Amino acid sequence: MAAEIEFAAVPIRVTVNGVQHETVVEPRTLLVYFLREHLSLTGVHVGCDTSQCGACTIQLNGRAVKSCTILAAQANGAEITTVEGLAREGVLHPVQEGFREKHGLQCGYCTPGMIMTAVSLLETNPNPTEEEIRHALEGNLCRCTGYINIVESIRWAAEKMGGKNVSR
Amino acid sequence: MTSEHTPAGLIGASIRRVEDPVLVAGKGCYVDDIQLPGMLYLAFLRTTYPHAKIISITTNAAKAMAGVLTVVIGEDVKQLNIPVAPMVPDQKIPPHPLLVRGAVHEAGVAVAAVVARSRALAQDAAGAIEVEYEALPSVIDAEKALEPGAPLAREELDSNICYVATKKGGDVEKAFAQAEHICRMHIASPRQVALAIEPRGIVVRPEPTGDLTVWLSTQAPHRVRGDLATALGFPEHKIRVIAPDVGGGFGSKGPLYREYVLACHLALKLGRPIKWIATRSEDFVTTIQGRDQAMTSELALKKDGTMLGLKVRVVANLGAYLYSSTAGPPQRMMGMAPGSYQIQNCHVEVVAVFTNTTPTGPYRGAGRPESVLNIERLIDKAAKELGLDRLALRRKNFIRPEQFPYKTGVGVEYDSGDYEKSLSAAMRLSDYDKLIRERDAAQARGELVGVGVSTFVEPSGGAGFESGTVRVERTGEITVLTGSSSHGQGHETSYAQVIADKMHVSMEHVVIRHGDTIAVQQGVGTFGSRSMVMGGGSMTLAAERVIQKARRIAAHLVEAAPEDMMQADGGFAVAGVPEKKVTWRQIAAAAYGGRVPPGMEPGLQETVFFDPRREAWGFGAHVAMVRIDRETGKPTIEKLVLVDDCGVIINPMIVEGQVHGGVAQGLGEALREQMLFGDEGQVLTGTLMNYAVMRAGDMPELTL
Repeated sequence: MAAEIEFAAVPIRVTVNGVQHETVVEPRTLLVYFLREHLSLTGVHVGCDTSQCGACTIQLNGRAVKSCTILAAQANGAEITTVEGLAREGVLHPVQEGFREKHGLQCGYCTPGMIMTAVSLLETNPNPTEEEIRHALEGNLCRCTGYINIVESIRWAAEKMGGKNVSR
Repeated sequence: MTSEHTPAGLIGASIRRVEDPVLVAGKGCYVDDIQLPGMLYLAFLRTTYPHAKIISITTNAAKAMAGVLTVVIGEDVKQLNIPVAPMVPDQKIPPHPLLVRGAVHEAGVAVAAVVARSRALAQDAAGAIEVEYEALPSVIDAEKALEPGAPLAREELDSNICYVATKKGGDVEKAFAQAEHICRMHIASPRQVALAIEPRGIVVRPEPTGDLTVWLSTQAPHRVRGDLATALGFPEHKIRVIAPDVGGGFGSKGPLYREYVLACHLALKLGRPIKWIATRSEDFVTTIQGRDQAMTSELALKKDGTMLGLKVRVVANLGAYLYSSTAGPPQRMMGMAPGSYQIQNCHVEVVAVFTNTTPTGPYRGAGRPESVLNIERLIDKAAKELGLDRLALRRKNFIRPEQFPYKTGVGVEYDSGDYEKSLSAAMRLSDYDKLIRERDAAQARGELVGVGVSTFVEPSGGAGFESGTVRVERTGEITVLTGSSSHGQGHETSYAQVIADKMHVSMEHVVIRHGDTIAVQQGVGTFGSRSMVMGGGSMTLAAERVIQKARRIAAHLVEAAPEDMMQADGGFAVAGVPEKKVTWRQIAAAAYGGRVPPGMEPGLQETVFFDPRREAWGFGAHVAMVRIDRETGKPTIEKLVLVDDCGVIINPMIVEGQVHGGVAQGLGEALREQMLFGDEGQVLTGTLMNYAVMRAGDMPELTL
């Protein structure tokens, strides 16, 4: 067998869910695969290859970002939150709770991305209208729920959070 | 929200799902989440030609690349095929190899495969394989494939016909001879992509014992295991198929796919675990697609609207290769062609056709939506032609409640129904007369507004048996093993409600296990709206047997007669003496501790294989008001009312969620979604960039 391809290892330092990681990655490694395969954060899902489905949505420096659209190397220095980082001491984030209360998920595959998009929405717009919620979800695809209960889930979370911008 | 802690009132309660805490935390385990030491990755080189001769394949460069363990082409695995059992007499079953040899017959089919140390290396190497093709004429449209001189989709065959099947009843010719009006219509259902958000995938590990462990994104672990054993020539009892969390299926994750067999074969050959996860682009062109049936119908009527006879010819596009379920949906369409109506004189013919397209198969309804589209549009057209009210025409011909069980003109028995009731409910809920006034006013203003009405029947069940085991553990907790594995339907919740209710325990007392062939007795799977009827039915019967045995043990423990033991919260009590109680824990301790009645086997577990031999026929009616913008052509659903009688509802929240999802897919089909191929058969809608799946902003408000 031939030798492994040599690649210029890129050093990166990122803080993910409050934990700092310093490591090297292959330049072409997408952030989503870095999170999934290097850090075992498998709640970040891959559902497409054209940045359409949003299953890989995370927060990067406080903004919802599709982690399949950027390279791990580009995230150097960033602060990242994935769905695994939302719960605090075993207590679910209100958006996670809302998805359970309002049956906002069926197969659960799009759910982490949906939740991360919703968290970002509520951080910038604590009391969104239905239309604003639907608009915010344009980049996240769900094939099970018809989105109806996802919208309900996010409304539930907004109410639970008191319509206020609660920084967690 | 109903309490989750009391056994009373579990049936019909919108209980939050047991599945969700794990899934919302991102702690689900889907196939791609499984990482094994020493795992290798499989990637494919796929063709973009719909039909071409393979002149040469050059793999040297790929084989020489770093990290590549093996490169295989069709010739290397020519002994392996996808097994397909005939569904229809005289069905043609052309070879379905894992990697094509000689020619490609659909865009997306794999010509070569690579196993390498990483996903990226495998993809790099697949990209380094060179294939020379000579394009052949292709045929994409099923009706065109039947025209004289059409290219052969599969050159091994002498025509493009896979099978012709007919169902008839009554005297159709006489009915048409007596007709005062014949309504004729041609309509086609657009080809759909199932598009489960989790793409298909497999992880396989050959075990040192000679066993094979397979993690698969599948709807039917047992069925797939059987087919995998056949395909590999490997003993079924040495294969363990695990369906972990499965990210949607909608019918498309039922069959055994080529990549799965090849991954297993190569893992066995290399003695290493292998992973393959489809990219979305691969999933688009390799996963079975839905619909694509063209229907030509004639409805014979009297002037007063009495329906006399029905002729339907369905030309069904099966694609280039057959999977185990590919021939199915047109059969389903045929079996429900007369819909909700008394039409005893029927002649329904299916011509199932090979084309140079992705294979079709079951998708969300699998023949049911095609059938409803056909009969309901036909009736609307007939009403218009005869100048009759479309509702009156439907009502005049509905099968009436007192006629059930009713054998239709295509020889299928419906168990029950009250179609007038569901239609009336839809009229009432939609405020139909007001909608019509609004429509007329809008039309008078020159706007494009319409109101549509549809009824439907829909069978649930089928596909042989399903199995259920109910086991009371030593401590009295209850484990249920079901062959019906979940991929989003909430089985772990709904089934627990059923069993907890049956056994008079709290839901926390019950755990539902599914999706692992080593744990679960032989089973079938989840598709065709069968889970609650078949899975729920089998476990309920098993629970009844456990209860019978437990009653005798309980009676033995308190020295009472078994017939005096009544089920009580958490166990049994002596009739009239509620304080004389025996808990499940006490019964289980006796069952496993040698304190059973003389002659009784120890243990407390029962398994039932359930085959009701007929299906449960749900029914309903929908009303929609639709506006089309004259300037932009954009359709807007202004109102959508759905009445769906689905029998006893276990968990209304889950059932409504299923309806929401079905509506989204149905609206997608009606308004936006279609898999398209170009004139030369090239894939036009092979990614989410150009296949118009429904998004959050596209959904109207629903009235259920």
